Amino acid sequence: MNTLFGEKKEGATKIVLKSVDEYPEAPVSLGTTLSNFTGDWRTFIPVIDDEKCVKCYICWKFCPEPAIFIREDGYVGVDYDYCKGCGICANECPTKAITMEKEEK
Amino acid sequence: MEYKPIRKVVSGNYAAAYAAKHARVEVVAAYPITPQTSIIEKIAEFIANGEVENLEYVAVESEHSAMAACIGASAAGARTFTATSAQGLALMHEMLHWASGARLPVVMVDVNRAMAPPWSVWDDQTDSLAQRDTGWMQFYAENNQEVYDGVLMAFKIAETVNLPAMVIESAFILSHTYDVVEMIPQELVDEFLPPRKPLYTITDFDNPISVGALGTPADYYEFRYKIQKAMEEAKKVIHEVGKEFGERFGRDYSQMIELYRTDDADFVFMGMGSLMGTVKQAVDVLREEGYKVGAAKVRWFRPFPSEELYELAKNVKGIAVLDRNFSFGQEGILFNEAKGVLYNTDAHPIIKNYIVGLGGRDFTVADVRKIAENMKAIIDKGELDVEVDWYHLKR
Repeated sequence: MNTLFGEKKEGATKIVLKSVDEYPEAPVSLGTTLSNFTGDWRTFIPVIDDEKCVKCYICWKFCPEPAIFIREDGYVGVDYDYCKGCGICANECPTKAITMEKEEK
Repeated sequence: MEYKPIRKVVSGNYAAAYAAKHARVEVVAAYPITPQTSIIEKIAEFIANGEVENLEYVAVESEHSAMAACIGASAAGARTFTATSAQGLALMHEMLHWASGARLPVVMVDVNRAMAPPWSVWDDQTDSLAQRDTGWMQFYAENNQEVYDGVLMAFKIAETVNLPAMVIESAFILSHTYDVVEMIPQELVDEFLPPRKPLYTITDFDNPISVGALGTPADYYEFRYKIQKAMEEAKKVIHEVGKEFGERFGRDYSQMIELYRTDDADFVFMGMGSLMGTVKQAVDVLREEGYKVGAAKVRWFRPFPSEELYELAKNVKGIAVLDRNFSFGQEGILFNEAKGVLYNTDAHPIIKNYIVGLGGRDFTVADVRKIAENMKAIIDKGELDVEVDWYHLKR
């Protein structure tokens, strides 16, 4: 997945750029940080129940990161590299399809 | 198409508004402040009369919001314009960094006005020079024609290097004084200034981005370096765009410092903005009287024309820096920059700072003559009397 700020690698928690030439001209990124994945800040993890999901995408709109994306099948998924576990999605979900669970690390 | 200028008698502010119109700006967000107000009034009139297409005027409640709206519009890919003065510019200060840091080529006209207190609406460069370190390019216009030309060139330069630019005109001396301005037919402006190609946009919904993301110590530093690189690149772009402007429209802006009768000059007057018009007139008078003097008008203050200043300084015995601004606790700001540039070179003319015209104090040909007499005495003696001369002070 291209983050506009280097290539996001499987299992990586950080993109390390070694030379100034590798940097983009403007500081833009997919998440709210340029090269740090913020997923490891998380204590609670959102778990989505597709059966309760009505595809209203309110969680997608409210996610401040934005770590919620719309999957090809129309349901929502979470980019766990960026999700900080704030729980706004679970709070806003009108059908209670998202629950916050303690993450086992 | 052959270039036939359209001559209009307009104020500096109207020249700025016409230039914004001819640049086909798409978003203007501004808050009125004297003496900038009539720029925005004129743009509002263009919209009300249906003279412009695709121009959104955003009414905001402060200059901070005006710049914030401009940043959002520019990040969405729009060609964006605003205008302000003095306290309004100071209120924008925080957002100015956001525009340059995110590499958004917003163009703004600042109508130079003294900072309060004491409350003042008259000409003084301290407001714009206080924004020196925000990453904005700065062009100082001498007359209404340069306001018009400056805005058109600023868009082209800003959108090439992806940095914002300020075009600066003097309060009342230019903003409210009418003069003939040669405007360029729309088709030729369109050729000179094609539609903007943004680096990124926030409206590409398939590739969402966040602008102004957090940069940890591991990454922040590199982005500062990139802004400096863009400023250095801007010097080349300014030269090319200024040259192209001259070839197409007859007014050459390829030099960042405009030299006037400096070829065989013993000493030169250096300054920025409208006061240099007075100085050029004075140079003609002084030449008649036998003074070998010239004028060096600094057009672009950021990026700073260091190389051009060095070339000038090599060939003169003295430079009188006329600062319509002051950095408290030190000296005039242009003087400070000029001395800094020359320190590590072999060019060391006598360089003296005259603080003139603060808060709109009149600066006339007679004043330039007095400064010339003083400079001549200093050069003959070979040493400075005082380094910083508060020229108008009632003693």
